[in-house]
Amino acid sequence: MTALAHAPARALSPRARVPRLLAGVGGGGLDEHERRYGPLPGPGRRPERLIDLVEAAGLTGRGGAGFPVGRKMRSVAAGSGRTVVVANGAEGEPASRKDRLLLTRLPHLVLDGITLAAQAVEAGQAYLCVHAAEETLLGRLDDAVEERRAAGLDPVPIQVTGIPGRYTSSEQSSIVQYLNGGPAKPTFSPPRPHERGVGGQPTLVHNVETLAHLALIARRGVSWFRAAGLPSAPGSMLVTVSGAVTRPGVYEIEMGTTAGEVIMLAGGPAEPLQALLTGGYFGTWLPVEAAWPAPMTHAGLKAAGGALGAGIVVALPAAACPLAETARVVRYLAEESAGQCGPCLFGLPALAGALASLAFAGDRDGNIDEITALAGLVERRGACRHPDGAAQLARSTLRAFPADVNWHQWRGACDGVRRPPLLPLPDDEERGWDWR
Amino acid sequence: MTHALRVNPIACTGHGMCAELLPELVELDRWGYPVLTSPTVPRPLLSHARRAAQACPTLALLIEEKSGRHR
Repeated sequence: MTALAHAPARALSPRARVPRLLAGVGGGGLDEHERRYGPLPGPGRRPERLIDLVEAAGLTGRGGAGFPVGRKMRSVAAGSGRTVVVANGAEGEPASRKDRLLLTRLPHLVLDGITLAAQAVEAGQAYLCVHAAEETLLGRLDDAVEERRAAGLDPVPIQVTGIPGRYTSSEQSSIVQYLNGGPAKPTFSPPRPHERGVGGQPTLVHNVETLAHLALIARRGVSWFRAAGLPSAPGSMLVTVSGAVTRPGVYEIEMGTTAGEVIMLAGGPAEPLQALLTGGYFGTWLPVEAAWPAPMTHAGLKAAGGALGAGIVVALPAAACPLAETARVVRYLAEESAGQCGPCLFGLPALAGALASLAFAGDRDGNIDEITALAGLVERRGACRHPDGAAQLARSTLRAFPADVNWHQWRGACDGVRRPPLLPLPDDEERGWDWR
Repeated sequence: MTHALRVNPIACTGHGMCAELLPELVELDRWGYPVLTSPTVPRPLLSHARRAAQACPTLALLIEEKSGRHR
């Protein structure tokens, strides 16, 4: 059965309301940016008015968790004294490219968002964090910050900072600990960053896409923002589509666009599909029939058994082996554990081992029960959600692919394991191994 | 006011004292790390729980007084 059979009867309508963020892609410096978007709105007499706007707009975080942005800003602003703003552009998900695209093509929109958020929560300092290995990007962002300084557009200083490239280093408590001079590893909470973060000050950590949306809301208002998307999940979002699609890449969609429409936007299936990975490596596999009509919102994908995460969609061809794909990713997640919490340190390698045994050698030692048991043993037992993510991915594999599991259980590896790996994993050379 | 047990998983290195001193609420997993069988501490066990928390070599067992939400 091909995925094309599941394409909606109605053709893709031209979505005049998107792109929004990506409409501004076109290069040029600060002058060009201001011509395109208009000047940065001043803070006025009540800078915290922006929080009301963002709350009314219903903007939620685009980094994966989907927390209401206004509420987060309010809890930071409620703290006494100066605060800190951290823009998280350290895209830890190997299958996500959206933050990199924003930072390389629309740096001033992100920087606008940082400045506006910093003024709204009365921050004395802001940081823009990207992977330390991205030297060219770091240099360009430094130049962009300098351009704004020269133009007097830096009411709150913004420091561009390279952080370690480990998967768990882009977790918000890891970034806070790193900016405080420690290793980029998650910390135990409380305190949460909004209570006590960088330098002990209340710290607002937002994904860079979230801040770019904020910069547009400040200019164009609440009803403009809500004109796209659903009343319960307004606005647009960036998605990274990869795997067996004809035109992989970063797309901007209205919230609530179905997963099937997203695949068609990316040129449609390049070969018959069996499943979509939704939400990245902390996400879930969904059989293509279940995924196709699911709306791309946190609630919509969750109801279908999926996850929105940071908008990652990977199309798995029918000829690929989902068990081998998952085993490789869980192995990678095990290697990327910060190694601080026992259940994650010991549990993830064991989980990866059980998945690999099932994928490549069959179920000789009751691997299926072992996978389920290990998923339960690691879940909610770490300081961060790293073990929970790996457990969720492993569980969804057993749930979404009962026929494959059955085959491997009795007959061992399938033909699919000989295909080249589909889900992207960083090469050892490009991978940062340091936590500092 | 209710009391809840919580483990700081970063501080915990699996000594297992908690399971020795508070077997009613703590079991050890296959690697020797504590699994809380019930996060809420019944009042009669509170003094045992306090003793277990104090005996933890890395002070990783926490007793939180809670009135509101808890993860």
